[in-house]
Amino acid sequence: MSSSAETTATAGQPLDARGGAPVEIIRVHVPARSWRSELRAIKIVWRRELIRFLSDRLRIAITLIQPLLFLFILGSGLQQLSSASTHGMDLKTFIYPGVLCLSVMFTALFSAASIVWDREFGFLREMMVAPVKRSSILLGKCLGGATVASCQGAILLALAWAVGIPYSATLVLGVFALQLILAFSITAFGLMVATRIKQMQSFMGLMQIVVLTMFFISGAMFPVTTLPGWLAFLNRADPLTYAVDPMRQLVFGQLDISAATQRDLNPGVSWGGWRVPALLEAGIVLAIGLVMLAIAIWEFSTTE
Amino acid sequence: MTNGTHTTAIVAEGLAKSFDEVEAVRDVSFDVGTGEIFGFLGPNGAGKSTTIKMFCTLTRPTAGRAMVAGFDVVFERDEVRRYIGLIFQEQTLDAYLSAKENLRLHAELYGVERRLVEPRMRQVLEMVGLWERRDLRVGTFSGGMRRKLEIARGLMHSPRVLFLDEPTIGLDPQTRRSIWDYIKRLRETEDITIFMTTHYMDEAEICDRIAIMDRGDIVALDTPSSLKASVGADRVTIDTEDDPAAIAALSERFEIEAHIAEGALTFAVPGGETFVPRLFGELGVPIQSVSVSRPTLDDVFLSYTGTTIRSAEETQAKPARGMFTQGGARPRL
Repeated sequence: MSSSAETTATAGQPLDARGGAPVEIIRVHVPARSWRSELRAIKIVWRRELIRFLSDRLRIAITLIQPLLFLFILGSGLQQLSSASTHGMDLKTFIYPGVLCLSVMFTALFSAASIVWDREFGFLREMMVAPVKRSSILLGKCLGGATVASCQGAILLALAWAVGIPYSATLVLGVFALQLILAFSITAFGLMVATRIKQMQSFMGLMQIVVLTMFFISGAMFPVTTLPGWLAFLNRADPLTYAVDPMRQLVFGQLDISAATQRDLNPGVSWGGWRVPALLEAGIVLAIGLVMLAIAIWEFSTTE
Repeated sequence: MTNGTHTTAIVAEGLAKSFDEVEAVRDVSFDVGTGEIFGFLGPNGAGKSTTIKMFCTLTRPTAGRAMVAGFDVVFERDEVRRYIGLIFQEQTLDAYLSAKENLRLHAELYGVERRLVEPRMRQVLEMVGLWERRDLRVGTFSGGMRRKLEIARGLMHSPRVLFLDEPTIGLDPQTRRSIWDYIKRLRETEDITIFMTTHYMDEAEICDRIAIMDRGDIVALDTPSSLKASVGADRVTIDTEDDPAAIAALSERFEIEAHIAEGALTFAVPGGETFVPRLFGELGVPIQSVSVSRPTLDDVFLSYTGTTIRSAEETQAKPARGMFTQGGARPRL
């Protein structure tokens, strides 16, 4: 292997000062730190996430399987039990918004996990010694994770027809925007955890438990109006609730269904009787993500 | 920015670092001149890596100060980072990216001028012989190729000081040699100071100066040849027909203390080559074979740290080496 690299080195060697014409050395100057260099750093870290995502087709395929299982196996199966209470609505349609969230969450988790890999394989160090702010690197990671996860989510949007949801610009743009926010926050959450947990197995194990718990409590699989008190409390405390609900409102806005069905299946989230507006919900998710990103940045700056 | 160009590459003044109770590095002071290849040797745990980390702004010193490329490692961290290149002991490449993508990522992180990224990339890749493989994923590279790529990457932003921590560890001899060829050639082409650690004594020979570190202190610092001279005597090994008689004769006629080591008679003497003819004439015991060896950097290392860079049992197998530890005062720095 190395011997063939050797031959090329000696054959086409423009740098050899001893033989042939003198070659001009390209001197590179590293500029002082500025917001422009930080932007470049953010952009390249973001791009790396995309390159890695696109080159890993298997990962794309695997993360698509899970939502399909939920939607078509679980959805079709439970349909037998639920048809009476869903006013005849297909259960797949009902859980579709929740499944969109789940898929985005898992993809975002994988992105956040890459920082654990990076540490294990040393690459994190290469980024950490560069003359850029650590916040730029983490922000790039976070945006990269968000982009990757929402692209993955966008593939699932193609399934809307299969569960009987008509397309519209509002649906596509709204869902995409929500996915972006959710993916950003979940990646930030993952990065925050990754500053503490340095082993891949523990990281993935913990994150899966956390994500599934959040998913089940969030009402992705059931309406949240008539929950028992303790569960209602947990539900309002679960950040994912505020991503699932606006997602469901977007989807249900597309459907031609009776007011009673809307009321029972898409009641919205309320705090002590006050219906929380969808925009505020999205804002809550984003704010939580930003706080967690700030914690992650702070941790990385002080510990590594 | 001009103050970075013509200053001493590295200055350490009373540099120290302790972790809780443990003093990893204590009161280290030395300079590295611009354009030097400076070797940093020492047993594991001697404090080499901690010292390098302080120079690279990865760890803050607990006392003293250090200037790298003319900038303070604590107060001008970003400036230091702009002017140094780092090649770590462990892999730091992204195996999922191609060779070029790895370099581009580095160039972007360091803010290398856009129009220079492509030509500089080509230059450093050609230098390490990887230009033809620029679009291959690093995951397909052998250990030696990865190392070369890391060196190329470390040079991407034209650093003034290049830090290499065990750059050839775990590589086969052929690859090691070619990596050193690149490093030596660097000085001709790049106008750069090289600060490196290594475990291979033969590699340390290429350094202009060597510092030996032990238990957090620098115990020796000089050129390889002066260091070798400082441990003194050449080693002479002879095969005789009657070893006990030869030992007696040596101590009687030449006042030399000889030992049997590994089945041969060994002793130390200054100016071995000129001593051997006298030996034949005056020993009085027939000699079958003779070999004279100069002190190697291994001996230097042993002398200053009390251990070979390899293993403890090897030290025990050669009791003749013990004599070096008494030889001369250690140059304290």
